[in-house]
Amino acid sequence: MNATPVRQHRPEAESETHSISLLLNGKQVQLTVEPWTTLLDLLREHLNLTGTKKGCDHGQCGACTVLVNGTRINACLSLAVMQDGAEITTIEGLANGDQLHPMQAAFVEQDAFQCGYCTPGQICSAIGMIKEGKAKTRDEIREQMSGNLCRCGAYTNILAAIEQAMPACQGESRE
Amino acid sequence: MTIHLEKAVSRVDGPLKVTGRALYAGEFGTADLCTGYVVNSSIAKGRILRIDTTEALKVVGVLDVLTHENRPAVASYNESYTDMDAADGKHFRPLYNDRILYSMQPVALVVAESFEAARYAASLVRVDYESEPPQADLYAQRSEAHKAPTELPPDRGDAEEAWTQAPVKVEAEYHSAAEFHNPMEMHASTVIYSTDGKLTIHDKTQGVQNSAQFISNIFGLPDGDVRVVTPFVGGAFGSGLRPQYQLVLATMAALKLKRSVRVVLSREQMFSFGHRPETLQHLKLACDQDGKLVSTIHEVMGETSSFEDFTEMVVVWSASLYQCPNVRLKYDLVPLDLYTPLDMRAPGAVLGVYALESAMDELSYAAGIDPLELRIRNFTATDPASGNNPYSSKELLECYRQGAERFGWNKRSPQPRSMKEGRQLIGYGMATGVWEAMQNPASAKAVITIDGSVVVSSATADIGTGTYTVMTQIAAECFGLPLEKVTFKLGDSTLPKAPLEGGSFTVSSVGSAVKQACEALQQQLLDQAKQDDQSPFKNFELTDVIFENGTMRIKASPQECIEITELLKQGGSPSMEALASASPKEERDNYTTATHSAVFVEVRVDEDFGTVQISRMVSAIAAGRILSLKPGRNQILGGMVWGIGMALQEEGMLDKKLARWMNHNIAEYHYPVNADIHDLDVIFVKEHDEIVNPLGAKGIGEIGIVGVAAAIANAIYHATGKRIRDLPITLDKVFQS
Repeated sequence: MNATPVRQHRPEAESETHSISLLLNGKQVQLTVEPWTTLLDLLREHLNLTGTKKGCDHGQCGACTVLVNGTRINACLSLAVMQDGAEITTIEGLANGDQLHPMQAAFVEQDAFQCGYCTPGQICSAIGMIKEGKAKTRDEIREQMSGNLCRCGAYTNILAAIEQAMPACQGESRE
Repeated sequence: MTIHLEKAVSRVDGPLKVTGRALYAGEFGTADLCTGYVVNSSIAKGRILRIDTTEALKVVGVLDVLTHENRPAVASYNESYTDMDAADGKHFRPLYNDRILYSMQPVALVVAESFEAARYAASLVRVDYESEPPQADLYAQRSEAHKAPTELPPDRGDAEEAWTQAPVKVEAEYHSAAEFHNPMEMHASTVIYSTDGKLTIHDKTQGVQNSAQFISNIFGLPDGDVRVVTPFVGGAFGSGLRPQYQLVLATMAALKLKRSVRVVLSREQMFSFGHRPETLQHLKLACDQDGKLVSTIHEVMGETSSFEDFTEMVVVWSASLYQCPNVRLKYDLVPLDLYTPLDMRAPGAVLGVYALESAMDELSYAAGIDPLELRIRNFTATDPASGNNPYSSKELLECYRQGAERFGWNKRSPQPRSMKEGRQLIGYGMATGVWEAMQNPASAKAVITIDGSVVVSSATADIGTGTYTVMTQIAAECFGLPLEKVTFKLGDSTLPKAPLEGGSFTVSSVGSAVKQACEALQQQLLDQAKQDDQSPFKNFELTDVIFENGTMRIKASPQECIEITELLKQGGSPSMEALASASPKEERDNYTTATHSAVFVEVRVDEDFGTVQISRMVSAIAAGRILSLKPGRNQILGGMVWGIGMALQEEGMLDKKLARWMNHNIAEYHYPVNADIHDLDVIFVKEHDEIVNPLGAKGIGEIGIVGVAAAIANAIYHATGKRIRDLPITLDKVFQS
């Protein structure tokens, strides 16, 4: 797989597209992407999955956090072609029908957001962090969630929501 | 007793936000949508000589490059560019002519079939400029200052003489850096072009009607041809109070190409419009031996642009917060070659109160009086700035008492640098906070339908503040309905008129209108019942009846009850609606209405590294009734986090030679992350108020931040014995001073 965005692959040149397949939110999809399209733009601009947010496009804010093979990454820092064959879960893929994922339910209950723009990234990041298994204390959660900015400043409630959902999420990742 | 109000209900829009289904301005689409990408000026002052778009136009997928030379016609009168939050002066007009007024001014818009093509082509637009040296140094330009065009409270007594004669006095200068709003959602506008030429615009704004009117005025479009629809706003904090340039550019492109266009600013471009102004403040305070203030002199010098005069409520607080017989205020502006500053959360108050409350702390040490005690001794139950009007309510003393108790202020050792744990210097600091409790005229419509559900609407916004939730609660309370039976609609310019969503006046203004609309609808239902001569309601007024779970009952004899659906059937219509407008009561004019707070902070300053940690903060808030506890507490917590950012981190760094913001990204413009936030505690002090509005609720969007920066700076002084009068207090300053 050629994943390097080389200079001659500019839009004015004959577009060299790539065929990739993804297991996206539980569904196998086959896509044709241009080499310069980021995973974030693929989701938002091409697949209409706008739940994943763009807050900086530079890997500075975490609003675009998605789960790739269960690991949290910034979708803006990955080209779509690099994810050929990957299993990708976005905020749209967490709930089971009307049944919210425990982390989503905890965010609502603890009022862990205001404007909601960083929220999908916070939720995906929290799920990924719990799976990593390194955060045991409140300070460790705070530290390991610090890649996800919240300008509304809802950090106190984000922490409370993660603590609330942690046991259910740990059970889930053991299954 | 209430069923919904003053309760901790979960946000009604929460499920949409946690599942990614809430749609923001840049997320609406349509089949013919194309994307615009902005090209910004690389110089700060001068003119455009030539724009070469040849290479950009060659990029596959590029449709057009708009510049001042080929844009559609726009209004030429300055008045057409005014808006509901406009500063005085000659308003900025995007792509109007060849003049460059500030660095990163938009000079072209590349429109293409895809975002990537537009962004790439934007890098190929070549602009030649004739450059003039810009002025961007507030200190260097001090001599160019002029009086701010705003009314200040009258001076009292002879403040200079009183200061000279006083036994205890302080004098200090405080500086604070420019700050940028940086909402998580970048500014975006999606203009949906309809074949009949009408526009539906999804704009990131705190006022859909403001944006709609602005676009109608600039492009000479009939009001009915422009509709702005923005159900969700990803934070704004003031950045959406004025229509920003992406709205104008997207509309230009849509009109020119007769296609739907979306323009989303990049994070860098989020630093290319309004910001909290860099400000310099000079304070002189004096008191007698008992700590009673005898003189307050507060002089402010704020930054503005070369084309508008931006003013904010920065010095007025020094005339009203404490009883003081001699007061002199001064407020000047220094024009710089930067974009006009813009209201940002608690505009003016955060700055003015920072300086005042820092100086009060300095005075407390000079007088040898505990900082909290000094404030209590100077408390005033009336407002000296308005000829000693009473306050509609003011539980500030209770904020001091409850906040101090929760915080453990009595454990404070008075001497600076006297509390320590290992290598951590511990400091306690406090400050008072204040913000106006305003009400603006607003309208709302309430509709009840045959299935018993109620829909209430008004053209306000929810920028994360909880508007959807609190308005739903107010309407559900009126009708005695479960929240699920009530829907509140906002963010559509065709809805009943609402003011901008800002200034902490949304609950007060729109909430009052919602209540009145519901009551008007109830009156219609009662009138409908009275149509029947046999009705048990015949001799009763609205105050005699209650609404409960889809029924209307007589309070005194609750067995007399009628189903609302029955009333609608009798009226022969599947629904009934009422429109109401709420305005501030005249009675308010005899009072000053304000929210207050007492903020207590514990800092830990590392002796070796100079790092400052806010280990604890308690904020006691008096803001009337808190109608929605979860979003309410969250608003205050957010304000406290903003105060931490202002005190320790946030700083727009300007290259003064280039007049260009250099840290224009959120890796280098710091604001708090989760690890910066520790134990934050909010107390809502009970405050009864029958004057402020029919709901008794004052609004809490701003009060949470006011006072926080001063409390932190004061705590750092208490921890270290170093008085740092320059925000943000970064570790280099902790070491240096």
